[in-house]
Amino acid sequence: MGSHFDDELTSPVEGAREAAAAEGPASPAVGRDEWVARHGERRLRRGGPLGTLEERLRRVPWWAWLTLFVVLFALLPVGVTDAYWRRVAFDTVLFMMLALGLNVVVGWGGLLDLGYLMFYGFGAFTYANLRSDQFDLHLPTLLVIAIAVVGGALLGILVGLPSRRLSGDYLAIVTLFAYQIFISILIGGDDIFGVDLTGGVNGILKVDPLSFFGHSIPVSKEGGEFNVAYLYVALVFFTLLFVALRLVDRSRTGRAWRSLREDSLAAQLMGMPVPWLKLMAFSFGAAVAALTGTLLVSLNGSVFPGNFDLTLLITIYAMMILGGLGSQAGAVLGAILITVLLELLREPSNSRYIFYAVLVLGLVAVLRVSVRLAVVAGGVILLGVLIRVVVDLVDSSWTGSAPDGSGWLGDLLARWVVEPDSVAPWLKSTAYISLIALALLLTTLRGWTRLAVLVPVLYLATFVWENVLAVQPEVTRYILLGALLVVVMIVRPNGLLGEKRVEIV
Amino acid sequence: MIGPALLLGLVPVAAVDFDRLFSTLVDSATLGSIYALIALGYTMVYGILKLLNFAHGDVFMIGAYIGLGILHLFGGAADPSISIWLVLAIMVIAAMVGCAVVGVTIERFAYRPLRTAPRIAPLISALGVSFFLQYSVQLLFTGQHRTYDTFLMDGGRLFESVIAWGPLDVSLLRLIVIVSTAGLMLILWWIVSRTRMGKAMRATAVDRDAAAMMGIDVDRIIVFTFVLGSALAGAGGVLFAMRSDVYPQMGFIVGLAGFVAAVIGGIGSVPGAMLGGYLLGLIESVTQTYITTQWSNLVIFSVLIVFMLVRPQGLLGRPDIRKV
Repeated sequence: MGSHFDDELTSPVEGAREAAAAEGPASPAVGRDEWVARHGERRLRRGGPLGTLEERLRRVPWWAWLTLFVVLFALLPVGVTDAYWRRVAFDTVLFMMLALGLNVVVGWGGLLDLGYLMFYGFGAFTYANLRSDQFDLHLPTLLVIAIAVVGGALLGILVGLPSRRLSGDYLAIVTLFAYQIFISILIGGDDIFGVDLTGGVNGILKVDPLSFFGHSIPVSKEGGEFNVAYLYVALVFFTLLFVALRLVDRSRTGRAWRSLREDSLAAQLMGMPVPWLKLMAFSFGAAVAALTGTLLVSLNGSVFPGNFDLTLLITIYAMMILGGLGSQAGAVLGAILITVLLELLREPSNSRYIFYAVLVLGLVAVLRVSVRLAVVAGGVILLGVLIRVVVDLVDSSWTGSAPDGSGWLGDLLARWVVEPDSVAPWLKSTAYISLIALALLLTTLRGWTRLAVLVPVLYLATFVWENVLAVQPEVTRYILLGALLVVVMIVRPNGLLGEKRVEIV
Repeated sequence: MIGPALLLGLVPVAAVDFDRLFSTLVDSATLGSIYALIALGYTMVYGILKLLNFAHGDVFMIGAYIGLGILHLFGGAADPSISIWLVLAIMVIAAMVGCAVVGVTIERFAYRPLRTAPRIAPLISALGVSFFLQYSVQLLFTGQHRTYDTFLMDGGRLFESVIAWGPLDVSLLRLIVIVSTAGLMLILWWIVSRTRMGKAMRATAVDRDAAAMMGIDVDRIIVFTFVLGSALAGAGGVLFAMRSDVYPQMGFIVGLAGFVAAVIGGIGSVPGAMLGGYLLGLIESVTQTYITTQWSNLVIFSVLIVFMLVRPQGLLGRPDIRKV
């Protein structure tokens, strides 16, 4: 009797076999849901040569993309001879790894982990303790890295243990608490029952550089320049990590994570070991962060509790969110974009090009090439000239100074934007706050009123940029990061390359 | 639960030194008042939107800055153009109004578009807002630590003790903080439990869809909740800054404490947030006075994690029952 019912339940719907045969071997073997889900996507695909190209590119396997990317990245030092930018490339690789690790916990596992930096710090301090004069231990690099990774994974399980009982927001809270505990251990760690584990606020100094099989890799070449070998070591670790995570994602565990993220209750009903899967996600992310921490400290040669503040956490979140939750390529892309952006914003003359390029591109993207675009652009330029003439008549010191930095854009702007010798604090805050208020107002307007408001907003934006934001690049960078998180969440929650839906378990 | 137990164990030690015990208690009440004010904002928003509003601590910080701005507008603490008491009243009211505006703006532009999004989206948006506010303030007013110069107000009268009864010794400043907080919380309690708006809030917190079907304008209720929560945070910001420094990152540390208080009391529960605030103040003061200063964070957060595991719904919260 049982077998009779089994047959009835497992046999496909009438006509399904024929439909599957007509589809060819690419058709899904089980169920029609995936086919239905992909149907819309198929319809959206473009025709013509562009569509064909897109289709070709889509068929290129992931490992080919990865190889291309790594080779291009490895060739970077050929073109970039500046030691500073080589160092930035190294930092970028570390950020790519951090974003990949966070992506496992948040993007795949769907667990909001606010204590992620704890594991990064754990890896760094493990390396610093085991390879320095701190305890006079100088263990082999690979052994130390292995210890850090395994230790990080165990710590991840420990911190993830509450996830057995708590879900969603409560888990985020517990990870934040655990992070606070970790920070207070770092700061007070110079005297734990008489043992100095972390050096307290002074951190640990004079940490050994990387050394493989008896060959030590010096941190800097003669003249104190950044040693490119470190970039290659980091790149090797990145490649291994990327491949390993890719395989995990394709594995049974990876698929289980995805189901857990979509609906943990349903996953549990299907017999999945949900608590164990959550712990796995936690410990994977933690191990990656710990690995990255060892690389950081091996190059820096020192480590301090201040290296692991929340600013860094937000930066990594921004990378992952911008690239797209749940996407490995997205995490890498986000890390590159954000690191390069943050670096360029340090210099007023560089940041100016970015600011105006983004402004113009944004305008073109929203208004298209149209009469409206011409009206807005003309309006802004005219308004600027008018204001400048009036201000010049009232008080010529207001137009006296030229913007910082130079270049053709700087020269051009010096003749257009109002740039007082010294900006009074009240003017600074009024301009900044009204810019925010007007920009927010702009999002609620439609039609011609929107265009009418857009003109003064754009003018105000250039004024605020030249007089307030570009003057304090360190602060501006983080304001933009914060705004980016909000904007990406609202405009494109799945980021540049992300999967459609990510739900907290 | 844990606070009183801790305290009970310490009674034999403290019995020797009543002065110290009473000053600890007064200290904990002052600290706890501020925590309770902030916790209320977290808890009300969570009750209605099921959203951890990470930006709430930064709204509190903006309240402290608004107070500072008003103080300077009237000529500073030492020599104000009108009575210092009037200035203080204006500071609190301006901070409450200003923070309410900020709170409503945040809700309108950062959270409302994400009302139907997966739950991780508003959380990340909230992190972004928090970051944006913190660094915007740093941009405009630098990261420098500032003070209200409370000791200059009215020739330092705020630090004179007004109640000196045996070992009990309370300064005017502490009395002001404790009493005005209690007053604000009474008003809030009245709004939530006795007005139509409060009734609608409670209904929305229980079931948003059902409330909407009963003709409650849910969007309006959410805006109202943000007004109440942010105004309390603004008042808390001014009261807190009377006794400590004002700087852009202050919102994170104090906001975290208020958040913790909301969790202890049971997030989503209004009386729970008040209780949690005072309890956290007590735990913090007792830990710092009697156990350890250096490891106070470690002790507090460890206790909290254990507490969360044992009773995730908090002291007065209802257990979270998931509908399938």
